[in-house]
Amino acid sequence: MLGFLKRNRQAAPLSRKRQKHHTAQADRGILVFENTSEVIQAETVLKKAGWSVRVMGPPAEIQSGCDLVIEFPLIEELNIVRELHIAEVPPLNIVPVTAPLLMPVDLFHTKDYGAYLMVRAANMKITIAKETLTIVNISGGGCPDVPYLAQQMVGKTLAEAPRPRDLGHTLCGYALELAYEELQRQC
Amino acid sequence: MLGIIGTVPDQSFPLTHGPVHWDGDHLQIDGRRIAINRGTPALIGAALKAAEQLDAPEIHAFLVGDIGKGEGSRSLYRFLENELDQWDFQVLTFHYLQPDVDWHNRVMFAIDRLPQRPLLIADAGFMYAAKMSGQAPAYDFFTPDAGELAFLADETAPHPFYTRGFILHEENKVPELIQRAYQHGNAARHLLVKGATDYIVAANQIAATVDHPGFEAMEAIGGTGDTLTGLLTVLCGAGHTPTEAAELAARANRCSGLLADPNPATQIAELIAHIPQALSTVLDEFAGRS
Repeated sequence: MLGFLKRNRQAAPLSRKRQKHHTAQADRGILVFENTSEVIQAETVLKKAGWSVRVMGPPAEIQSGCDLVIEFPLIEELNIVRELHIAEVPPLNIVPVTAPLLMPVDLFHTKDYGAYLMVRAANMKITIAKETLTIVNISGGGCPDVPYLAQQMVGKTLAEAPRPRDLGHTLCGYALELAYEELQRQC
Repeated sequence: MLGIIGTVPDQSFPLTHGPVHWDGDHLQIDGRRIAINRGTPALIGAALKAAEQLDAPEIHAFLVGDIGKGEGSRSLYRFLENELDQWDFQVLTFHYLQPDVDWHNRVMFAIDRLPQRPLLIADAGFMYAAKMSGQAPAYDFFTPDAGELAFLADETAPHPFYTRGFILHEENKVPELIQRAYQHGNAARHLLVKGATDYIVAANQIAATVDHPGFEAMEAIGGTGDTLTGLLTVLCGAGHTPTEAAELAARANRCSGLLADPNPATQIAELIAHIPQALSTVLDEFAGRS
């Protein structure tokens, strides 16, 4: 996960990078959305624009079961919210961070089966045939987009398959995206 | 009656319930055909195959289309809250549903109103919600894999995605994670922990382990956990004690792997086809042992 964030940071414009560094110690807030799909969309919009944001777990008082929030520098609230309105993914609520947020899993496990390679992130696993880079299985997870993602991705190559972040709607879908990115990095 | 509750990966699939039957290599429920590739349909496919070998009650499924947006799950939760008392279940198994604590609790209230409490099994998303609700001890079975056990053992994690690193590092120490899950009240009365070794746990004590036959490829094959839960559902419904049912389910699931000779690209339908023979072998061994 940290590597994933780092890669996105490196893609940011320099001016924004300086701004991010400047605001690294500033107060942070969280953007709350209707559902995980909107979080994933908003994260994409904000990272493309170079903002220093992180996907995190919500504080206990607003957890409902399958949640992500976006942590952002509170001082940039107006700019970030404007950007999200333009992209038509406005947050439901904006809350200052008053307690430590939950960190997403950042451990990857790789299993080499010889002709096949499996990568696991959190509770999600994706397996490819090494020779063809075809996705042969997706396992783990418990949210209802997992069988859907498997249906859409299994049998396709890494290059052909839709990305979990484009089709997924839940934390399991997000974890599969991380496993997918790690697999791409290794291949 | 055995009740199985879950989702199918098709947004247009309406809320449907009724007895489930085979229609060729597909499931059929209320005139609708469903492929058994993965998820709750794979669980039901395994349960139907197991029921062919056992004197098990009828399987009645409650299904709805959901691709992760949660709308289907919520409509099913709403239906269960209002209608669950129409049926008399021996076993109720909850599976791929959008984890939602509020709706989980409403369904639990509906279960509390049933004249006779069924044996309750929670797997996949519904298990996540059950743990997060703080009502884990109200369940008879959770069926986590090793990663999900780490989630149960982490009292702060609302989803496996947030399991803390120091607990994930303990993933190979299954007995310690089991202890920790019970210590914080986040385990059901029984656990069937799926992995290289399957652990069957009753009230915080490891009652049995199953590690043979073993196939590394099983971890990669999507649906092997679903088939295990399907087998467990039917074996519980056929009158086996919970620990006996869990041990038989673990052995039969592995035996179906032995018969399918799997590799990491094997699809779950290939294993499901072997369940009757696998279960027959395991039950014969069990009869010879008793």
